Amino acid sequence: MPNYAYIVLIPLLPLAAFVVLGLFGRKYFRGASGGIGTLAVLVSAGLSIWTAYQYFFADAGGVGGGVAGGGLDAGGGGGYHPVIALKAPWLSFSPGLSIDMSVILDPISVMMIVVVSFVSLMVHVFSLGYMKGEERYGTFFAFLGLFTFSMLGLVLSGNIFEIYIFWELVGCSSFLLIGFYFDRPTAVAAAKKAFIVTRFADLGFLIGILILSFHAETLDFRELIQRLTEPSSQLAGITTASFLGISLLSWGLFLVFVGGAGKSALFPLHVWLPDAMEGPTPVSALIHAATMVVAGVYLVARLYPVFAYADPAVLRVVLYVGGLSAFLAAIIACTQTDIKRVLAYSTMSQIGYMMLALGTFHPAGEAGGLGFTASMFHLFTHAFFKALLFLCAGVIIHRMHSNEMKDMGGLRKLLPLTHACFLIACLAIAGIPPFSGFFSKEDILLAAWHADKLVYGVALLTSGLTAFYMFRLYFSVFWGRPLREVGGYHGHGDGGAEVKAKAEVEVEAPFTMKLPLVILAMGAVLAGFIPFNRLVTYDGLPQASHGIGLFAVGPVALALVGVLGAAYLYFKESGRPAKFAAALGGLYRLAYHKFYIDEVYTFITKKIIFNLIGRPAAWIDRYIVDGLMNLLATVTARISAGIKGLQSGKLQDYVLYFFAGIAGLTILFIYLYT
Amino acid sequence: MSQVPLSHILILSTALFFIGMYGLFTRRNMITMLMSVELILNSVNINFVAFNKYLYPDKLEGVFFSLFIIAIAAAEAAVAIAIIINLYRNFRSIDVEDAGEMKF
Repeated sequence: MPNYAYIVLIPLLPLAAFVVLGLFGRKYFRGASGGIGTLAVLVSAGLSIWTAYQYFFADAGGVGGGVAGGGLDAGGGGGYHPVIALKAPWLSFSPGLSIDMSVILDPISVMMIVVVSFVSLMVHVFSLGYMKGEERYGTFFAFLGLFTFSMLGLVLSGNIFEIYIFWELVGCSSFLLIGFYFDRPTAVAAAKKAFIVTRFADLGFLIGILILSFHAETLDFRELIQRLTEPSSQLAGITTASFLGISLLSWGLFLVFVGGAGKSALFPLHVWLPDAMEGPTPVSALIHAATMVVAGVYLVARLYPVFAYADPAVLRVVLYVGGLSAFLAAIIACTQTDIKRVLAYSTMSQIGYMMLALGTFHPAGEAGGLGFTASMFHLFTHAFFKALLFLCAGVIIHRMHSNEMKDMGGLRKLLPLTHACFLIACLAIAGIPPFSGFFSKEDILLAAWHADKLVYGVALLTSGLTAFYMFRLYFSVFWGRPLREVGGYHGHGDGGAEVKAKAEVEVEAPFTMKLPLVILAMGAVLAGFIPFNRLVTYDGLPQASHGIGLFAVGPVALALVGVLGAAYLYFKESGRPAKFAAALGGLYRLAYHKFYIDEVYTFITKKIIFNLIGRPAAWIDRYIVDGLMNLLATVTARISAGIKGLQSGKLQDYVLYFFAGIAGLTILFIYLYT
Repeated sequence: MSQVPLSHILILSTALFFIGMYGLFTRRNMITMLMSVELILNSVNINFVAFNKYLYPDKLEGVFFSLFIIAIAAAEAAVAIAIIINLYRNFRSIDVEDAGEMKF
């Protein structure tokens, strides 16, 4: 067993970059701060990939041989076991219960560190060009470093409380980065919204942690899972004790899932994600597409044995919430016109997909752990193509100074490389073979087919819609009406654009922006060929690979229909989309206004919470709490006004009081002692 | 020679005490007030000596106590006169009515 202690460097290097840049970046190395941050993440990414190689191939006995040999069934007995690379007690409540800072390595965490550090590296490189000339260039890279540190820490956490700490840290860095342009009121509002909504969900997470760890009497993931899934243990309390007719275990898991749903922008806690697009585009690519928003999926995957063991109703909830989010977000994405918002809803939809896949677990079914692998697989491929989509959008926004699709059209001649990369990413997300999204999506659909036919139908429809809205975006940005001369400066471009010199207009994008596109595009093409069913599985043992045969025909055909539909409507500038929208009428408006979910929230907070809770609370504060204080002060003031006359400044008055006191005491003593 | 009874001496000291107190209350001049305080102290001295003599003739505590009080009275007079001088420097007067500024 090789020593994995060096893994601790993977999160710590970005942290070091954050500290150095945060403290000195503004003053001493403004220009070099991007390079420093990128270098730190580069080393982290290198170490992550090395770790993955060591964990999956060099170190994994029988399975490694199986993969190398390419055999279908990879040797018996092997499998990937979790490795605790490092464990340091941090806060010890009692001998059995302590918060340890530990680093856990198992297939999903190894996969996640690769994804996080790699995408973070790409985003760092991209930002070198994108954020150039920005006022707070150093601060930006410092925040990116903080985020990368927190996210890597989150995925490596071996302790449920440790994960909570990092969970809040990513929320905090997300807040900082969404509100990066703090002089824009919309960005500030979006940052606050993201923070409050996720914080609200985290409350559920915290209560869930407390319930689970109270009954398992440990905070360590491995022991927690082991103790909670043992039927014969003395933990009967958690399954028999119930609240509102649902066992406490289910409640705990459900609340943990609420936390995950908040972070992963699942319905109905998704409202913050589209607004979060106010942040700089590389941030959207890193945080709000590839890494942070999948933290919820990761959390459920981390506790998956407990979810699988508990009442199936909990996983049903996961399944339906995932399906509903995927479907609703796909519909909304079809109507949005802001390029980043389309991508945001698409992210939400894909995360819904991942959750749906996690929810398909069947204890008895043949496809038991299929959903788990499919979900992780989709997470992996999604990170590549979604980050690529966002970075392409970054190039477009950088060039066009606008987020609106109607300001664009015919960009394929202006941005040929971006066009190619965007097309690849669109094909991948639409699930067209042989791009990566196809494989992961097929797995998810297969898992859904085994679990629930209704959800399968929804997922299938969603995959068609995905193809439609992605190609709607693609055609209206790169084809559509002929290219107009870039002159329309709209002022609400994505920051930093103002600084650009005229001469730069001739170039598509700086080299640092193109390089990540190419690398991610390769990832989006090739990631699908990684044999995930052998590497990342529910129980660590490789699964038999299942052929993608006839089953794939339906989804691919539907995706093609979506693509053709989009081509029909948006390939050439025409009145067709408007007519189509008019034909749909109310349904279109409903989707365009995002099903009025934001309005519902506003109604609930402004009308119900403010009026029914806020006002009485304010009244109590003003008249009862403050009143008590005022009463005390008034009484004191009155009394002092009454007795201050005694302090007359006349010596003989004092003498009189003195003698009166002595006389009084004398009388008292005489009276008492006789 | 028949002894003076204790009550006579106590009446004397009480009279002295109240004369001192009366002076303390009625006089506005700091020097006379100081003199009144001396009267009060001396009435106490007389009490001490008288009780010692009449109740515990074989002991000397009362006598010593009065000696202490005399010493302290001397020190107190010194301090009081210093205060009075300062008062005079500030107010050009040693009338307590004029120095009524230390109030609320």
